[in-house]
Amino acid sequence: MKASLDELSRPSRHFRTVRFDFVSFFFTGLTGLATFLILAILAVILANILFNGLPGLSWRFVSTIPKKDFFDPATTGVLPMIIGTTFRVLVMTLFVIPVGVTTAVYLTEYAPASALVTRIIRAAVNNLAGVPSIVFGLFGLGFFINFLGRNLDALLHNPGPVWGQPALIWASLTLAVMTLPVVIVATEESLKAIPPGLREASLALGATKLETILKIVLPQALPGILTGGILAVSRAAGEVAPILFTGVAYYMASLPHRLNDQFMDLGYHVFVLSTQSPDIEKTRSILFATVVVLLLLTFTLNFVAVLIRSRVRKKLRSLA
Amino acid sequence: MGIHRGHRARPFEWLAEKTIFLVSLSTILVVFLIFLFVAREALPVFLGRMSSALIQPAIPVAEIDRHPAKELCKYLGLTPEQFAKMDRETLKELLQVKIEAQEEIPSEFRSDPDALANTTLWHYLLRPHQWTGYTKPSFIWQPVGQIKKYNLIPLFVGSLKTTLVGLLFSVPLAIGAAIYVSQLARPRVREIVKPAIEMLAGIPSVVVGFFALLVMASVLQSLLRYETRLNAFVAGLALGFAVIPLVFSIAEDALTSVPRSYTQAALALGASRWQTAWQIVLPAALPGVFAATMLGFGRAIGETMIVLMVCSASVLSWSVFDSARSITTTIAAEMAEAVSGDAHYRILFMLGALLFAATFFSNLIADLVIHRLKRRLEGKA
Repeated sequence: MKASLDELSRPSRHFRTVRFDFVSFFFTGLTGLATFLILAILAVILANILFNGLPGLSWRFVSTIPKKDFFDPATTGVLPMIIGTTFRVLVMTLFVIPVGVTTAVYLTEYAPASALVTRIIRAAVNNLAGVPSIVFGLFGLGFFINFLGRNLDALLHNPGPVWGQPALIWASLTLAVMTLPVVIVATEESLKAIPPGLREASLALGATKLETILKIVLPQALPGILTGGILAVSRAAGEVAPILFTGVAYYMASLPHRLNDQFMDLGYHVFVLSTQSPDIEKTRSILFATVVVLLLLTFTLNFVAVLIRSRVRKKLRSLA
Repeated sequence: MGIHRGHRARPFEWLAEKTIFLVSLSTILVVFLIFLFVAREALPVFLGRMSSALIQPAIPVAEIDRHPAKELCKYLGLTPEQFAKMDRETLKELLQVKIEAQEEIPSEFRSDPDALANTTLWHYLLRPHQWTGYTKPSFIWQPVGQIKKYNLIPLFVGSLKTTLVGLLFSVPLAIGAAIYVSQLARPRVREIVKPAIEMLAGIPSVVVGFFALLVMASVLQSLLRYETRLNAFVAGLALGFAVIPLVFSIAEDALTSVPRSYTQAALALGASRWQTAWQIVLPAALPGVFAATMLGFGRAIGETMIVLMVCSASVLSWSVFDSARSITTTIAAEMAEAVSGDAHYRILFMLGALLFAATFFSNLIADLVIHRLKRRLEGKA
């Protein structure tokens, strides 16, 4: 039997296609062209931005706090925007990582696969990933500011709005809600990549399920959790729509130093520079330079995350 | 026996498990809260309780006792707590202010029938109306001025226009690339191309919008020679850039999850790689490709910054070479000007609720389709 199988799989002259298959060649080329076109779009965008933006980039530019009129190329800078963006994503990670990781742990380690609750949680996570970012902005305004913030003010007997107004904390919380699915999906992926044998060995040695998760599973899954966090940060750093009504400021004379301060933001600054500039030709160089700073921030993060993730995926594939 | 299960043996473990479960429920809670709080702000419009009429029947100061407290409270726009705190004199003053505000309305509006119209009613929101000074019934979104016009149709058309251009451009490209990368390309090409396309997803939408506004708009105008520089076509193409990575990765995932045995069988029977991809793998993964398109639609219709930066005029026109204002753009651009609690503010929240509902259902359908596909390919159904 085995011999005959080998016989069949050996390339045979009689079965070889003689005719040149034009249709296959054409369509392979067409799909290849589509792939190439997408890559070309990416390359053109990046090349154009880098080519126009790098000359305007300098140490002075990234380390200067601009005056009220930030449209002047000679004196402007983006330090408050860099700091504002950094703060809002850092505060966000404080909320999103614990909740996201815990949910992922529940879904992979505890949840009964066929239970209704599990399916609803999964549907909610998928759904959250598809909610438009502007709706998160409205939610932040309606829930965090108008509901939580105002009630907090009433509770603390504040004379004016202290919490019931756009602020760093509300923008961060809105972003945390938005990036929750990113963290959950990445963590889940890495938890699944851990061989079941490790868990079984730990349980067999007498560890409880919780001990196994805390001491065996989570340390192993750390790269994946890190990836999730980085992806969330990179996604949040570039988002502008959710913070429009929840905390971003057009101009602030000082850096944010309290949780209920407003802040300036890199992405929003790109929006302001490109739509509200009095003289777009004059401000062109600082606009491109600001975009380069924003891209450097998000791309470095993304690149690191993609690297770690591709490693995790390879591990997953070798297990399957 | 020494094995104790249940919470009596390990109370801490039991507590931790319950906490983990409760925290994971927070995702459901969040989706629920989003809908609740966005819809809550819009509720008066849904129920038709909002009044945006310019001229309202005034209550004379002398008649203060003839009206019940509840009616006065609503008339003055006060919350019950605020109302309870006020004495009679303050109330009288407020009534006077209200009357004076009505008297300040320019005289040309006094005879205008539109000034009496409550423009937040469904009739005005969805149907054409012949406003004073217009020659025929038209759809107008114009939330500023004395008589505010809140017709939603121009915004729906704007969203559909940009979304359709975006999808027509991005879906064929993304699915073509997904077929190539998952079925036809050599593994080494794949290793490079996949992360590169994922990188496109990493470009913030504000940067795509900026690129479309400063670079693409001018280049396309000089190539195609249309009139309006910033139009729905440019916005749609830019939207496509944002949609491509999403559609690509979902479609690629669906195509890859088709079992290897299908491909191997087809190749063994003498099919070429392309024939296998087109006639065997693609039909098997078709629901996944459909789901990818649905998710792409949700992403495109919900994208804000790109359309906000590229086009903004709210004129009703089906031509893609005219400007357009989408639902998301309107919310983003006008929320800052809207006064908290007034008709404009509530209608913007209503747009948000509609948007949420639209993406909720397109995601739900995509989710169900992918779920069923996975089960079928795994041979469970």
